Amino acid sequence: MAIEIRRAAVVGAGTMGSGIAAHLANAGIPVLLLDIVPPGATDRNVLAAGALTRMRTQQPLPFMSADAAALVTPGNVEDDLDALRDVDWIIEAVFEDPAVKAPLYKKLDAARRAGSIITSNTSTIPLHDLIAGQSDAFAADFAVTHFFNPPRYMRLLELVTGPRTRPEVTAALRDTCDVRLGKGVVICKDTPGFIANRIGTFFMYCAMHEALRHGLSVEEADAVCGKPMGLPKTGIFGLTDLVGLDLMPHIMKSFHATLPAGDAFLALPTTFTPMETLIAAGNTGRKSKGGGFTRLTTDAKGARIKQVVDLATGEYRAERTPTLASLSAARGRNALKTLVTFDDRGGKFAASLLTQALSYAASLVPAIADRVSAVDAAMRFGYGWTFGPFELIDQLGASAFAELLTKHGIAVPALVAMNKPFYRTEAGVLEELLPSGEYSAVPRPDGVVTLADVKRAAKPVMKNGSASVWDIGDGVLCLEFTSKMNTLDPDIMAMIRQIIGAVGDGNGAYKALVIQNDGENFSVGANLALAMFSLNIAAWSAVEQSIADGQNTYAAMQHAPFPVVGAPAGMAFGGATEILLHCDAVQAAAETYMGLVETGVGIIPGWGGCKELLLRHVGPVQADAAKAMAATGQIFQTIAMAKTSTSAADARTLGYLRSTDGVTMNRERLLSDAKAKALSLVGGYTSPAPRSVVLSGARGRTKLMAGVTALAEAGKVTVHDQVVASHLATVVTGGDTDGATPLDETALLALERAHFMQLAHTTGTIARIEHMLATGKPLRN
Amino acid sequence: MPTYKAPLDDMKFVLNDVIDYARLTSLPGYAEFDAETAMSVLEGAAQFCEEVLQPINQSGDAEGCRIENGAVSTPAGFKAAYHQYVASGWPALSADDTFGGQGFPQTLRFAVEEMICASNLSFGMFPGLSHGAYHALLMHGTDALKSAWLPKLVSGEWSGTMCLTEAHCGTDLGLLTTKAVPRDDGSYAITGNKIFISAGDHDLTDNIVHLVLARLPDAPPGIKGISLFIVPKFLLDANGAPGAENGVRCVSIEHKMGIKASPTCVLAFEDSIGWLVGETNKGMRGMFTMMNAARLAVGMQGLGLSEVSYQNAVSYAKDRLQGRALTGPKNPSGPADPLIVHPDVRRSLMTIRAFNEGARALSLWVGTHIDIEEKHPDPAVQKDADDFVALMTPIVKAYFTDMGFECTNLALQIYGGHGYIREYGMEQFVRDARIAQIYEGANGIQALDLVGRKLPAEGGRMLRFFFHPLSDRLERTAADAQLKEFAEPMAKAFGRLQQATQFIALKSMANPDEAGAASTDYLRMFGLIALGDMWLRMAEAAYAKMPAANGDLAFYDAKIKTARFFFTKMLPEVHGLFARIMAGAEPVMALEAEVF
Repeated sequence: MAIEIRRAAVVGAGTMGSGIAAHLANAGIPVLLLDIVPPGATDRNVLAAGALTRMRTQQPLPFMSADAAALVTPGNVEDDLDALRDVDWIIEAVFEDPAVKAPLYKKLDAARRAGSIITSNTSTIPLHDLIAGQSDAFAADFAVTHFFNPPRYMRLLELVTGPRTRPEVTAALRDTCDVRLGKGVVICKDTPGFIANRIGTFFMYCAMHEALRHGLSVEEADAVCGKPMGLPKTGIFGLTDLVGLDLMPHIMKSFHATLPAGDAFLALPTTFTPMETLIAAGNTGRKSKGGGFTRLTTDAKGARIKQVVDLATGEYRAERTPTLASLSAARGRNALKTLVTFDDRGGKFAASLLTQALSYAASLVPAIADRVSAVDAAMRFGYGWTFGPFELIDQLGASAFAELLTKHGIAVPALVAMNKPFYRTEAGVLEELLPSGEYSAVPRPDGVVTLADVKRAAKPVMKNGSASVWDIGDGVLCLEFTSKMNTLDPDIMAMIRQIIGAVGDGNGAYKALVIQNDGENFSVGANLALAMFSLNIAAWSAVEQSIADGQNTYAAMQHAPFPVVGAPAGMAFGGATEILLHCDAVQAAAETYMGLVETGVGIIPGWGGCKELLLRHVGPVQADAAKAMAATGQIFQTIAMAKTSTSAADARTLGYLRSTDGVTMNRERLLSDAKAKALSLVGGYTSPAPRSVVLSGARGRTKLMAGVTALAEAGKVTVHDQVVASHLATVVTGGDTDGATPLDETALLALERAHFMQLAHTTGTIARIEHMLATGKPLRN
Repeated sequence: MPTYKAPLDDMKFVLNDVIDYARLTSLPGYAEFDAETAMSVLEGAAQFCEEVLQPINQSGDAEGCRIENGAVSTPAGFKAAYHQYVASGWPALSADDTFGGQGFPQTLRFAVEEMICASNLSFGMFPGLSHGAYHALLMHGTDALKSAWLPKLVSGEWSGTMCLTEAHCGTDLGLLTTKAVPRDDGSYAITGNKIFISAGDHDLTDNIVHLVLARLPDAPPGIKGISLFIVPKFLLDANGAPGAENGVRCVSIEHKMGIKASPTCVLAFEDSIGWLVGETNKGMRGMFTMMNAARLAVGMQGLGLSEVSYQNAVSYAKDRLQGRALTGPKNPSGPADPLIVHPDVRRSLMTIRAFNEGARALSLWVGTHIDIEEKHPDPAVQKDADDFVALMTPIVKAYFTDMGFECTNLALQIYGGHGYIREYGMEQFVRDARIAQIYEGANGIQALDLVGRKLPAEGGRMLRFFFHPLSDRLERTAADAQLKEFAEPMAKAFGRLQQATQFIALKSMANPDEAGAASTDYLRMFGLIALGDMWLRMAEAAYAKMPAANGDLAFYDAKIKTARFFFTKMLPEVHGLFARIMAGAEPVMALEAEVF
């Protein structure tokens, strides 16, 4: 029988334990967070309670909402063991010491309900060591669930089960972590460091040594590992700073203690002199005042500057932009190939690093995982690599890589020696090479359909420079933005109108539309650079036309005779929030950051954002003047302060999402969920009837502006803030309405447009847009 | 022999009534340079140009420069003229007063340059290049270099050059190979050959200060590995006077189409001692400082030659009796009518005139922005002014010099066969004008600079300082009873410029060839609109002055009539250019290279 996780407990309220508890709460699971009672504590729950307090202000936020925070109950392992009887899943996240864990497990085993699941968040201790000496029931219900820090944001979950783990436990953990916690679950074998840390630590150590050997600076090594290899911006040294330099020798020691003899890892030098020097000086990374390989400091003039350690001398010096010729050359399709064959320090570094690290990874399958795709997924989800090791080898080509290995005197692993690509697409299906030499489809969890899969198997139904439309089956189309940063531009507007034409009355081949993409961000909003260019050349009518086009397109989409479901993930700012406000329903990824951020660039929402919020929140209470004014005030504040949500749950609080809009924890499941939502709306669908709203007019505007004036007197808003606020106040109170006549959608849009244009003519607004484009930050003028 | 009279009345009108010169006097250090002082400076310059430079222009062209035993000598009269130029303090006019300059506004230098170029372009090359070297040193040199070299560059006692080009690289300076090897004392040994070095050697000054682009031994390849050095012809002795030779040799001088009194040298540097100007491998920065100033100056060459050829063509068209007017004799007592009765001759004269007056106003308008950029206390205002100058530089350089060549040709044509022979001097103007389209960045490069660099920079920011004031002006003048006739066609043309700008910006993102194919047409279109803007302002100023004009009424009346010619006969070219731009790159690129 399937095990259902209704309640959970986390034992150990340190960084990982409390973060895991918070994330279980994000998924709606009530959690008991337990830790020991410190000697002499008056509050016996002090550790767990302290962790909860700390997490309220911690960045990035561990909780997605206040509701989630309320789901965690602090406790301790002395008084609250009885409560474990009501719990379906106990997660142990205490100190990495079998001598601590073993007695705790005995205690937990005695207290827990029979058949409940118990897992450890260990990163280094093999499962077989953990269950040694425990009861048979314990071993049957036990697994390792290895989260990455911070648990809410890092997508990888390594799941390790033992030969005695019940299949029901494995299934429940896999499904819960995937669907409810939204993790990328990778099934690992019970080997030291599992997948991600084994390969990741090897890579980091190897990169540091090779950088020193080839005379690369910290910046150069991080840059070579960055774009061309696809490692995150933090780079090797930046990641070490983040992890903590002092932890690295411990991790190294642990691997040395547990890895089998002959493992390539053991051949790496165990120490890295520049790091030892830093640790000795107390410079252990970001957590320490002195910094680590990099540090922020102030220069003679008092300006904040970034410094890095010179690996040769150990002295800090100003950060320098790397100028390696190999970096300039390694661009485009063959970037990695170019890099490893380039005859300079950068190229030689890359070649020595990748030959060692990628061959190491290749030598570990099937020892650490049955499939190469599991390894690649672990490195993508856990270390933020753009490409896993096998994807990197494919970029070089197996035979070219084998040659490179031979040249560097490294044995060619059996997987590479097969001389076949690790991935291929057969009949639209992504397949991977198995250790047997056969190909097999890359497994997808049940119910997962990604846009990438759809795209592999078909051609777009429609396509232009900024958007593609895909048939995702069952009569549902998917609109994908393809512009840079998925910015919204005239091509996207044209595509929406084309879709409306193609779907027609919804009774033909297509009956619903989903708006989704696989980008890191759904869309950062309208293409500001385009708008700025039009403003710079005084093309006022072109700017106004683009506002009108957006308004008309979104309105046409809203009133089209078929359902539209928006499915955002990541950022959905400005015009992107506005398109979502015009959808019949939204299915949002849990990590969705929505916001009408226009005022930051000195304008107001002009594509119906003001209109939709007014109709949505003032409309239903318009008969009650006080309530209507309060709702208007809320909208005014939300837009004027450019509030962005910190999660999908928060977007609901801010009024960008409705209670009926759905949330998907696992981003990979977003498209399937959105499609299901769209299909649920198809039967008997009628488009929303034209709406209108009564607004307060001059009286309300005066009230709103009185608040702004008070803030201005307190020095809390800038000169141009007041200009923008006054236009916004006019729009959200209906302009020169008499306070009784309902304003229809057309009237509201006309108001938005007129005030948008008035702002666009001001130098303050132009300066804001310009500053945003140049620096990515709002100008406070 | 041609004559020249500096257009002082027109300059005065532009300064006082069109570009509001007086506002410059509120900039720090400019209080004393009011409009009256400015005009007295221009009068002095006019006199010098008319009486000293113009008379040796034609003879200088005929005689040319000579090289003997590696030493270059200038034609008769140049030495004396140069000494007089120095003695009168002209080189120091707008130079920084810290180094002995007089600190006059740059705006005035534009007017003076027009006059010098009109009267004797070859002569103008010497001080022109000195100014470029002065400017680069001022902006990028160390204090020690500045105090050693600037005072005599400013006074004109020494002259300067820009040594960029090598035999295998002109436009693509990334390929250059001249070497700079560090010496123990912090200086460098420069070795290599440079070609096309204007004023590279001559007999006018005691020393020549070369600014040389070269490559350090460990420099990265390409444009990012180039450094700038100051390399004198003679090293300085303990007293700071020219002493030992420095291994700089003039190998030969070029035989060329025009500017024959300006020596164009092949220079060989052999272990010549030089000092770094600016940072290592950042030589292009200093180079661009020189180039940008030089590009604007070259634009003035186009205008100057157009002006002098206009003046002579007008007198010839009035004096030369030939044929009868189409509408019946206008000089019935004479054997024939003067050429000026003919509409086609008028068309040529009006075209040149409308260009000259518009370009003069535009150049001085750009000049005021250089002053604002250099002197304004608010860095934000400085940046805006700098952006405007950066935008207008390729337009002034390329449009003015293309028009300079066209206009000198139109003027020559009026002379018929007499224009083609040397005696009247008209063919010299055409020959002299031709080089201005080529050096300091050929005009095709200017067009690429405009569409590839200036147009997309910072989301079109530079465009704002041209488009916004013009948009505002058009809004304001659209309803004006008198100005409407000009504002209406101008608004249409401006709309075309906006559309073309948008088109190029969008198209070139997907295909850079689109920008390249449109570039020359676009630059010309921009030039016409910029002139239109000035003509709109000049017409407005002329109408404003007319009621109290007294004796000057004819001047303002002529302005209005010339404005009308511009808006009806010249501005419409914009629409043809627009059609060409919108046709895109395909027709240009379709034919396979092998088929040519």
